[in-house]
Amino acid sequence: MKRSLRFGAAALSLALIAAACGDDDKETDPGTATTDGAETTDGSGGEPLKVAFVYVGPVGDAGWTKKHDDGRKALEAEFGDEIEVTFLESVPEGDEQPFETLVDEGNDLIFGTSFGYMDPMLAVAEANPGVCFEHATGYKTADNMGTYFGAAEEARYLSGIAAGHATASGQIGYVAAFPIPEVLRGINAFTLGAQSVNPDATVQVVWTSTWFDPEVEKQAAESLTAAGADVLAMHQDTPSTGEAAAEADAKWLGYNDDMSSFQPEAWLTGPVWDWAPHYIETTRRLLEDGDCRNDQYYGSMADGMVGLASYGDSMDQAWIDHIEQVKATIIDGSFKPFTGPINNQDGEEVVADGESPDLGALLGMDYLVEGVIGDIPAS
Amino acid sequence: MNDNAWIIAIAASIGAAIPIALAAVGAILHERSGVLNLGVEGMMLIGAMAAFLAADAWGNVWLALVCGVLAGGALGLLHGVITISLRANQIVTGLALVIFGTGLAKFLGEPVNGLKRPVKIDPLEVAGLGDLPILGPVLFAQDVLVYASIALVVAVSLYIYRSRAGLALRAVGESPAAADAQGIAVSRVRYVHVLAGGLLAGAGGAYQALARAPSWNQEYTINGLGWIALTLVVFSNWRPGRALIGAVVFGFALRSQFTFQTEGIDFPPQVWLQMAPYLLTILVLIVTSSPGARRRLGAPAALGVPYSRDER
Repeated sequence: MKRSLRFGAAALSLALIAAACGDDDKETDPGTATTDGAETTDGSGGEPLKVAFVYVGPVGDAGWTKKHDDGRKALEAEFGDEIEVTFLESVPEGDEQPFETLVDEGNDLIFGTSFGYMDPMLAVAEANPGVCFEHATGYKTADNMGTYFGAAEEARYLSGIAAGHATASGQIGYVAAFPIPEVLRGINAFTLGAQSVNPDATVQVVWTSTWFDPEVEKQAAESLTAAGADVLAMHQDTPSTGEAAAEADAKWLGYNDDMSSFQPEAWLTGPVWDWAPHYIETTRRLLEDGDCRNDQYYGSMADGMVGLASYGDSMDQAWIDHIEQVKATIIDGSFKPFTGPINNQDGEEVVADGESPDLGALLGMDYLVEGVIGDIPAS
Repeated sequence: MNDNAWIIAIAASIGAAIPIALAAVGAILHERSGVLNLGVEGMMLIGAMAAFLAADAWGNVWLALVCGVLAGGALGLLHGVITISLRANQIVTGLALVIFGTGLAKFLGEPVNGLKRPVKIDPLEVAGLGDLPILGPVLFAQDVLVYASIALVVAVSLYIYRSRAGLALRAVGESPAAADAQGIAVSRVRYVHVLAGGLLAGAGGAYQALARAPSWNQEYTINGLGWIALTLVVFSNWRPGRALIGAVVFGFALRSQFTFQTEGIDFPPQVWLQMAPYLLTILVLIVTSSPGARRRLGAPAALGVPYSRDER
């Protein structure tokens, strides 16, 4: 009797484990297709082109990953049955295994949408010359691997202007994920924008060491309002910073998507992405021309990859007019956000008077400008 | 140096401590009855998920809280059936409960993944006292659950050490055979306290979802809080008051990393704070799997041992 009870309990716990694991499997079912050594198809063979996306956060993050997933949906709508699209969400950075799995499942084109996928993607790309790879935000390429990103610094500069106008204390806070060039570039452009209308404004940075963690992002934001910031900007994947801003009666600049609906009373504006045209164009080239893209694509406000979200109700019309005016000069190319003289935090000149850094210098940016408070932590 | 930044950090640490403290006090009741509870993380997740779904469906924060508490209790009851009636290995079933809770929360929470919480528990303003310097933000600007949780810790301490039922509880945890001989219904005492453990873990999870985490996310809403609660159970020597103090210290450790940054203090290395839940999980598993270590830390003597009158 006792023995059978024990056995029953053990079986029940095994069933519990199986149930829980079974649920996990649904997300990354490895047994769907096994076209070995996938070849690049040219779309003429009747088989749909297989396209896969790898996301660092969940599609429901309301920010970075959501915008990439919007691009995926637009891609599916564009090509319908000609392509077969899958995605993996919440995939940790630095691991080759998810990309190998996608190759094994016969994908022809794989988009990786986070900086930390760079080295794993490069390794898998080099081992699988028949598969096309497109990596967002990185700088390494191969014959079958290109990169894509955009000049978010243009919209960052404009959102900085909004912050410079909106701050009463002159203390602006910035919740930042990791000290990589992409983030440093954003902080610097934002600070220059704020200083263009409010020369004494300072931008205090806290590092969260995570792209996506709603509670941690909010805590970081709270520490900034506690330190006296009355406007918060963010380089994070969720709108959590906005909640902290609203609770402290501060103003808020979002990122990635138009987040105005999350905290309308705190909302000013923010940089937004539109990835859909790039996903459609890259897929079209492979599908119709058999052309595997391996360039380093850098979009901008001019081509629409980068944009500025809607303006909040608390924005003064004069500020909006000013921002629109600067935006027009950015789009027509007559103004660049990074125009010297620019000093780093130590007061040393990093961009000479009248000069602008080239793309290489922008992509490798490793300093913070004067007026930013907070260090670049050692990695 | 901005004193206000530190005061707000301390005030925020108390809020951050509440989910951990509720779950830890629940686990103390649970384990005082002699049933090991490694499933706290799973119970918190289920509580958080149920609370979020209820808030999403009905938009009432208190109803959502009740749903979270009951969902945690349901998992506690399941744990009771498996460990008390079926007398299964408590380490294995506790871990299975975590996996089960994680999977179920992910499955049921999928439609709301990433959504902003529809309603939240807001701080009270205690008769304008929240504006007092220093003490105001720390003591008088918290939400009602913070005060309720502190009262609960006091009540549970009194219950364990000063009441007849608490005496019966301790007897069952130390020596179920002797308690049985005294006429105490061992299984019933265990069921009641295992259920209490589930309810309170559910409350901790629900509070986390409704007052702390700005949006629902299966991987991040609870993210190791249950394991931190279990560590506190062990290192408080199964005492509720100490567990609460430990929770506040933990809350400060989790929250203060950003205030160190805004105040320009180059400390502590963030990686250590982020590793903490995982390191502590390993520590808890080592300690609770070893009967010798358990005894030295003052664990109930019968902890982890299923009771059967036949085997006496």
